[in-house]
Amino acid sequence: MKSGNSSRGAVHVPEAGGAEAQLAEQQERARQKDPQLLKDLLEKMLLVRRFEEKCAEMYTLGKIGGFCHLYIGQEAVAVGAITALEPQDAVLCSYREHGHALARSMDPGPVMAELFGKSTGCSKGKGGSMHIFDQSLGFLGGHGIVGGQIPLAAGVAFAAKYLNQPRVTLCFFGEAAVNIGSFHESLNLAQLWKLPVIFIIENNEFGMGTPILKTSSIRNLSEKAGSYEMARAVVDGMDVLSVYDGLSEAVERARKENLPTLIEARTYRFMGHSMSDPAHGTYRTKEELAEHRQRDPIKRYTSTLESLGIINQEYIDDLDSKIREVVGQAVTFADESPDPTAEDLTTNVYLP
Amino acid sequence: MPQLTYLEAIRQGLWEEMERDPSVFLLGEDIGPYGGAFKVTEGMQKKFGEDRVIDTPISESAIVGAAIGAALMGMRPVAEMQFMDFISCGFDQIVNMAAKIHYRWGAPVPIVIRGPSGAGVHGGPYHSQSNEMWFVHTPGLKVVAPATAYDAKGLIKSSIRDNNPVIFYEHKYLYRRIRDEVPAEDYVVPLGKAAVRREGTDIAVITYGAMVWTALEAADLLAQKGISLEIVDLRTLLPYDEQCVLSSVRKCSKVILLHEDTRVGGMAGELAAVIAEKAFEDLDGPIVRVTAPDTPVPFSPPLEEYFLPNVQKLTDAARQLAAY
Repeated sequence: MKSGNSSRGAVHVPEAGGAEAQLAEQQERARQKDPQLLKDLLEKMLLVRRFEEKCAEMYTLGKIGGFCHLYIGQEAVAVGAITALEPQDAVLCSYREHGHALARSMDPGPVMAELFGKSTGCSKGKGGSMHIFDQSLGFLGGHGIVGGQIPLAAGVAFAAKYLNQPRVTLCFFGEAAVNIGSFHESLNLAQLWKLPVIFIIENNEFGMGTPILKTSSIRNLSEKAGSYEMARAVVDGMDVLSVYDGLSEAVERARKENLPTLIEARTYRFMGHSMSDPAHGTYRTKEELAEHRQRDPIKRYTSTLESLGIINQEYIDDLDSKIREVVGQAVTFADESPDPTAEDLTTNVYLP
Repeated sequence: MPQLTYLEAIRQGLWEEMERDPSVFLLGEDIGPYGGAFKVTEGMQKKFGEDRVIDTPISESAIVGAAIGAALMGMRPVAEMQFMDFISCGFDQIVNMAAKIHYRWGAPVPIVIRGPSGAGVHGGPYHSQSNEMWFVHTPGLKVVAPATAYDAKGLIKSSIRDNNPVIFYEHKYLYRRIRDEVPAEDYVVPLGKAAVRREGTDIAVITYGAMVWTALEAADLLAQKGISLEIVDLRTLLPYDEQCVLSSVRKCSKVILLHEDTRVGGMAGELAAVIAEKAFEDLDGPIVRVTAPDTPVPFSPPLEEYFLPNVQKLTDAARQLAAY
């Protein structure tokens, strides 16, 4: 992690030094960590990948309708960041949040059932893909308005401070959200009130189909924290350990000093914005996508762990088939669950 | 029984809820030492401290959003909008977040967003609006608009205790003009229940907020001319008390729908629809609306007078309807 101002000028190309240097950096980070933690990170990332691939399949089969935004390519961000948290902490996300829910250990069954619009879904079929939620895990959505969750995160963190609860709040949003007003209102509030909150920009380079260079007057988005004298950091969003380390530092700052941090995780989305648009051809080329796919966070991480002798091919195969089974069970659960009834239409609008 | 102004009654309600429940706190612009633009929260920061009466930046989106986040963690925030006109800056947080979180997740969002609305003080286009219908058209919210000091205290307390997001419209014209008997002890006025302010037999006038007083004044004048008005004060606009409305309409067989808000898409339109659907056979005349015209609220005092419904406009309409 680079604290403070980043020296990286261009966001759009992988760092000079290329794959080898990145691998070496990741190996170095891995050597300092507990092997079980390293394996857990891989398992979570692979679960997210297989779950999302299954979502794409189910969408194509017509089992999932509406709008569905997949997380493939960005797994290292949610998994690395959320793993740095404690169970009492809180997580808020944007609408591309299936992966974050799984990273926060939500049962994949009710998540898939929600995507299927079933009554057993975590929102009883009322929210769908963009509204995944589980309060028992401190997983506070799933928000379908760009940046809408950012002020909420300030409030969740405020409550922790007010009630003297040892909770850190982690708020994810895409790079396009930094241009809405409530992002700035919330950062000001968080620093002014000294709130234990971490804002993490998942810079996947595109707000739907528009590159960040066309929508932001500055490239190094974490610099926006400077306007509020807030701590900031840049992490490699394709390196789960870079994310984990960066977050760990910010979590400590929040927990011990009640101070917020703005983090930019530089990542890349391998799929279209949603299932409705192609992965390439309109706003980016096939070649650009292929180049970024070389940075696949799971491939890189698997190589690192193999090179250090922590896992081998047999381990990977076993893990993969175990995960495919878990995802298959989620689909079966969703498939066999009942649809909501007409009576369900008017429930949950008001609390008694 | 002590006499309190409408404003003092709201303050007393907030004060008592702050004393009763430590999870209640206030946030808003200039609500601390300044006491709020209209002094509703005067003295409260001194009593409850800066941690519970919090001055915020001018950031309505963050004010409302932070209130929602705190409510998700079990608190009961009361956010002040300096003027209800400024609530538009926090609109997304209210209609997309607060209103739909329980529906999406089953989680309660017990927040109150309160502030001064309405005209009559020459505030002009940005400090006089009655924009309650923005939120009446949003399932998941409750919308409250008290007319009396007694109700203002009882309703703010009910709103704070309610587990749903409540938008609480105080009428700034009434803040210091209305004074009535307000018990010093704890009481609540239930949400969703209208009040019959005056019994009558000829025409039911359904209204709310400051227009309740206009209607009562008109009723006194018309009584001398032999026309008897029944005045219904809705008190809560969402959910509104349909039974009370229909019962007064059935009793009088004629109805005037009166509000300070503009005409198209106003509360009167909704009430007219429900009356036509459910009490059509009971009507002996057309459903009549007396409302502001479809314009912004003008500043110039004579223009504002043209804009606002008043006793004259209401008595004219009532005489015409009585003769139908």
